[in-house]
Amino acid sequence: MKGLLSLAVWFVVWEIVGRAGLSSIVPPFSSVIDAMFTVVPTGKFRAAALISLRSFGLGMGLAVALGIPLGILMARSKSVGRILGMWVNIFVSAPISALVPLLMAVVGVGETTVVVTVFLFAVFVITLDTQVGMRRADRSLLEMARAFGATRAQLYGKVLLLSALPEILAGLRLGAIRGVKGVVIGQLLVAIIGVGELFELYSNHFLMEEFWALVVIVFLFAFAVSEAIALLERRVEYYAASR
Amino acid sequence: MIVEARSIAKTYPGGVEALRDVSIAFPEGQLSTLLGPSGCGKTTLLKIIAGLVPPDAGEVRVKGRKVQGPGPERAFVFQDFALLPWASVLRNVAFGLELRGLPRAEREAIARRYIAEVGLEGFEERHPNELSGGMKQRVGLARALAVDAGIILMDEPFSSVDEQTRRKFQEDLLALLRHHSKTVIFVTHSIEEAAYLSDQIVLLSARPGTVSRIVRPAVDRSRSPDEIRRERNYLDTVDDIWATLRQYV
Repeated sequence: MKGLLSLAVWFVVWEIVGRAGLSSIVPPFSSVIDAMFTVVPTGKFRAAALISLRSFGLGMGLAVALGIPLGILMARSKSVGRILGMWVNIFVSAPISALVPLLMAVVGVGETTVVVTVFLFAVFVITLDTQVGMRRADRSLLEMARAFGATRAQLYGKVLLLSALPEILAGLRLGAIRGVKGVVIGQLLVAIIGVGELFELYSNHFLMEEFWALVVIVFLFAFAVSEAIALLERRVEYYAASR
Repeated sequence: MIVEARSIAKTYPGGVEALRDVSIAFPEGQLSTLLGPSGCGKTTLLKIIAGLVPPDAGEVRVKGRKVQGPGPERAFVFQDFALLPWASVLRNVAFGLELRGLPRAEREAIARRYIAEVGLEGFEERHPNELSGGMKQRVGLARALAVDAGIILMDEPFSSVDEQTRRKFQEDLLALLRHHSKTVIFVTHSIEEAAYLSDQIVLLSARPGTVSRIVRPAVDRSRSPDEIRRERNYLDTVDDIWATLRQYV
């Protein structure tokens, strides 16, 4: 509720600044909302959204499919953790946007570049959080499972992964937020497709209402994804509180 | 002798010698206590018997067979309860059976029976964070009983439980174990607890742990708990043990 209230205050400020006509790049918030309703039904927007969603989905899927097992491996094997740990830590804080133009040379210009960008934006934080979660997994729970005869697979499936779930979910949430940034940056910097293409179009033609409408839509999408994961996190943390 | 430890030695990485040449026999159907000052390696010895920690030298035999790791004839009760925080009481108690691959309906029926036996009926769907320390340890005990192991290993099960709960729990424990005729190996640092519960008390010396003495308290267990606590033999045993242990403190 508090979050909504502060948002509302900002929208009012935005509306006032827009109406005052202080700057041509800030239209009133109400006309941005109007623009949203004219933009969304267009075929161009649908096509752009579809391409962007597909890139996001593929990139995130890859990041999860590789990032989580890598994090598990790094936590379980000391040598793997040492060898890869430094690189993951470098990349998690590195300005990946600077690398995106380089990707062009490797994977060419197109949807693939965007998928790879999303992957690179999301994967390292997922790996890092998975590793932390697996390291923190309750040692006495592991001992308990072994005492009651757990096999290796049961140890992972029934104890370790569930024990690390709060950290893994936190990694997924941060990864997804970075992934949304990855889509936009990938589409803007390299492959002028999808939502990135629309951003280009609107700003080149000085269609500020439409431009801001698109920003709000992308923001809402990132917010929705992150909240969905946060909802899951809160459920898990309720039980993890007694760890 | 159902469990035998023969010349067990264990040194931890870093050079701390925890146990040296420990040999103990544990009779079937009896409750034996490992008692000693903190750091004497009693928990380590229990984990070696459980097969959770390998000894550096010596061996443990259960019914004549050498222990290579954990086995279905031994169940463990943990000091810190070690309950799955995301699972209900029912699933926690059934967890050992779940690992063995018993069908859900079957294992839950067994679990419900033991939940009732430890006095937690009505708490089946609760989660560990909704339970008190004493209740959590009852869940731990029910989980150990549910797998129907002949030998129950208990690592200071009452140390995280408050004093009043502990007394009641000790009485319940005695009744339960006698009823199921289990062999119990019990680690504690409480002399009163050892004297009250045990058929056999193994006194361990300070680090490195060696067997200092074995005491068999001549306490008449057919009497009520309150009578036992006032009995001459019980009080003499407590004094006797303290006389031995005070040199290590």
